[in-house]
Amino acid sequence: MTANQQAPRDNGAPDFRKYLHPAMARNYGRWLDHENIKPGVYKHISEDGEELFTVRAGSPRMLSVHAVRRICDVADRYCEGHLRFTTRNNIEFLLTKEEDVDPLIKEIESILGLPVGGTGRSISNILHTQGWLHCNLPGTDASGAVKSIMDVLYEEFISDDLPQRLKISSSCCQINCGAHGDIAVILQHHHPPKLDHQRIASCELPKVVGICPVAAIRPARKDGKDTVEVVEEKCMYCGACHGQCAGLEIRDADTDTLAIWVGGKSANTRSGPAFMKLATFGLSNNPPRWPEVSDAVRKIVDAYKESARQYERVGEWIERVGWKHFFEATGFEFTKYHIDSYRFARTSFNISAQARR
Amino acid sequence: MANLPDTPLLDELEQGPWPSFVADLKSLAASKAAVGQLLGQLEKSYRDRCNYWTGTVLNLRGYGGGVLARYSDVRGEFPKVAQFHTVRVIEPSGYVYSTEALRELCDISEKHSAGILQFHGMTGDVLMLGSDNESTHAAGEALMSKGWDIGGSGGAMRTISCCIGPARCEMTCYDTLGLSKFLTDTFIGELHRPEFPYKFKFKLSGCANDCASSMMRSDLPLIGTWRDDIKVDQEAVARFIEQNGEEFVIDNVVTRCPTRCISLSGGKIDIDDDNCVHCMHCINIMHSALRPGDDRGVTILIGGKRSLKIGDMFSSLLVPFMKMDSSEDWDALIALVRRIWDFWTEHALEHERVGEFIDRISMASFLDGAGLEPDPQMVRQPRTNSYIKFEKYSTPRMYGEPQKKPNVVDREVIGPETSTSKESGLEDSGAEGEL
Repeated sequence: MTANQQAPRDNGAPDFRKYLHPAMARNYGRWLDHENIKPGVYKHISEDGEELFTVRAGSPRMLSVHAVRRICDVADRYCEGHLRFTTRNNIEFLLTKEEDVDPLIKEIESILGLPVGGTGRSISNILHTQGWLHCNLPGTDASGAVKSIMDVLYEEFISDDLPQRLKISSSCCQINCGAHGDIAVILQHHHPPKLDHQRIASCELPKVVGICPVAAIRPARKDGKDTVEVVEEKCMYCGACHGQCAGLEIRDADTDTLAIWVGGKSANTRSGPAFMKLATFGLSNNPPRWPEVSDAVRKIVDAYKESARQYERVGEWIERVGWKHFFEATGFEFTKYHIDSYRFARTSFNISAQARR
Repeated sequence: MANLPDTPLLDELEQGPWPSFVADLKSLAASKAAVGQLLGQLEKSYRDRCNYWTGTVLNLRGYGGGVLARYSDVRGEFPKVAQFHTVRVIEPSGYVYSTEALRELCDISEKHSAGILQFHGMTGDVLMLGSDNESTHAAGEALMSKGWDIGGSGGAMRTISCCIGPARCEMTCYDTLGLSKFLTDTFIGELHRPEFPYKFKFKLSGCANDCASSMMRSDLPLIGTWRDDIKVDQEAVARFIEQNGEEFVIDNVVTRCPTRCISLSGGKIDIDDDNCVHCMHCINIMHSALRPGDDRGVTILIGGKRSLKIGDMFSSLLVPFMKMDSSEDWDALIALVRRIWDFWTEHALEHERVGEFIDRISMASFLDGAGLEPDPQMVRQPRTNSYIKFEKYSTPRMYGEPQKKPNVVDREVIGPETSTSKESGLEDSGAEGEL
């Protein structure tokens, strides 16, 4: 069969039942309780009293086949050949013998070189995207930025004494694939796209015009050919057009910067899900270590540790102590750019006379 | 090593306690020359602060989604990554694997691709990096012959992701893993062939803790919930108080309840279940003493997406409660999704996610289109502005003369063909009539 003869096989999703750890399969839907016995280790107890231990290890998300096979070797030795990954790219080793937990942790740390932690009230792994490694749109890198920030926050991953869990995400452009987090690092553009009319010629122009959320892109003629023009006063540098057509280059190595956002939350607990809000901006896009970003993240984590109450996520903490305190405690400057000017801006204003002293 | 270019900037990422992807990829470069050049191109990006990939489309025959094609802009310098594509492999529900399955992915990746795997992409899939135009087909064939499948790029449904659910969690209110597989298999055509205005994502969380981050990262989150009472084990409550003290329970459980429906008196927990919004906080803290009720199901939401274009959107509530136990329940969900898709794909603009679509046409019109009834739990509060087009009152005037009393549509006089409301007619108004 040649390569071109294939057609959809419609295999569908792999059958998870084949991959469940035997203790998971035996107790499927019949779990009773759990215990976070130490940082990185959970014990789950079923209705029959069976115990399943989970050892959680951080990973860089991207793994060579060599690394995956080493992980499999360890899972074969301790976990009856079963493991899983978490939404935040951690690896979870599953086992039923409590006496194997510590030897397993030792092997994860020494043989695999992975840190054990990320459970409970810790800083878990950073959600991130591809960046310069393999995306077509990024203004910065993801894997390197994550590595740099996690090096700085390593102690917070392997311990669990924060007020509450803290989730960080990173995004390499303003599409924000990294999504919300208690703290999110996102690249920002500061200029309208630069037009390459030759490349634009190969794009679907109605789609390019149509994708602009502020109607800043118009059809135009140049040198007798159809192309587009950008009304620069209208453009808000979101980069939506760049994803549609590579001929509208939104990135600028000299002027792109990074901003940090805080208070995002997906869980419906207590105050419910929350958008993240701008904390600070204009941080230098500074590979390979992005020290300005790590410093700013560290400041937020320290201020949070200092005054948040137990079980308060970052956004809930700021809600209680007020944004005035947040900017004082972190040392970030509050500027006119922090006041929203886009859709629903007025819903973010303080429509009361309630103010702190 | 012969395959490794100088990478002084990336080398700095080999220092520090967090595992280094640079060190890992370097070890791979010995057997995979392309990986060395990948690092070379990445080093160039670090030096120039500039990206060097162009994205385009590459399809396996019969598929419209599942491959992210990347061509290097600096292929003269790095010819081995001139074509360096990613295959999106559908992951098993709950991200559970046997080592046998992982080794199989490794073998395919090593043979047909660059030997780099990512667990997992933000949408939930396994990413297999580094095949060229030819070997991508071979990789796809190898995957499919072993029972794996690919899909989920462009204007297609995305691979579904879910929390660990009943496989290892006592909080879960439905079978997130089973339903994920069922939805994936049922909608496999939508995953393989992009036929939507833009992408559509499901994410499934077994409870309101939303471990799958469905609220912010999916068009249609399914969040587990219950509609009877929270199960309270008062003996376990007593043990919890003995260990932590009453003050802890008051400060961290009672006063944290968003609807103040939980109280502590005489060492016993009392819950006003009519006012519980199933947020999970009290159960999270006192999980040995409190459990979700037995009459379980899901809350369905709609419209979440990330920033692109009109800004961040969370999903908002669409169906407060729906049973999700039997195959009939699952079929009812499929029917609802199909109604939503039919209306959205028919009326949405190019590249318009369902949340953006709802914003443009109004939730009221969306409910009409999807055949759903309005519910007070869909809103935080009713509207505060008075500019409303009631179908009941605002029937177009045929002859221009202002009338003294409201222009009420009377079916008996005017006939049903001029009425814009649905079967229930005059009583059923509220919704805005215009798209």
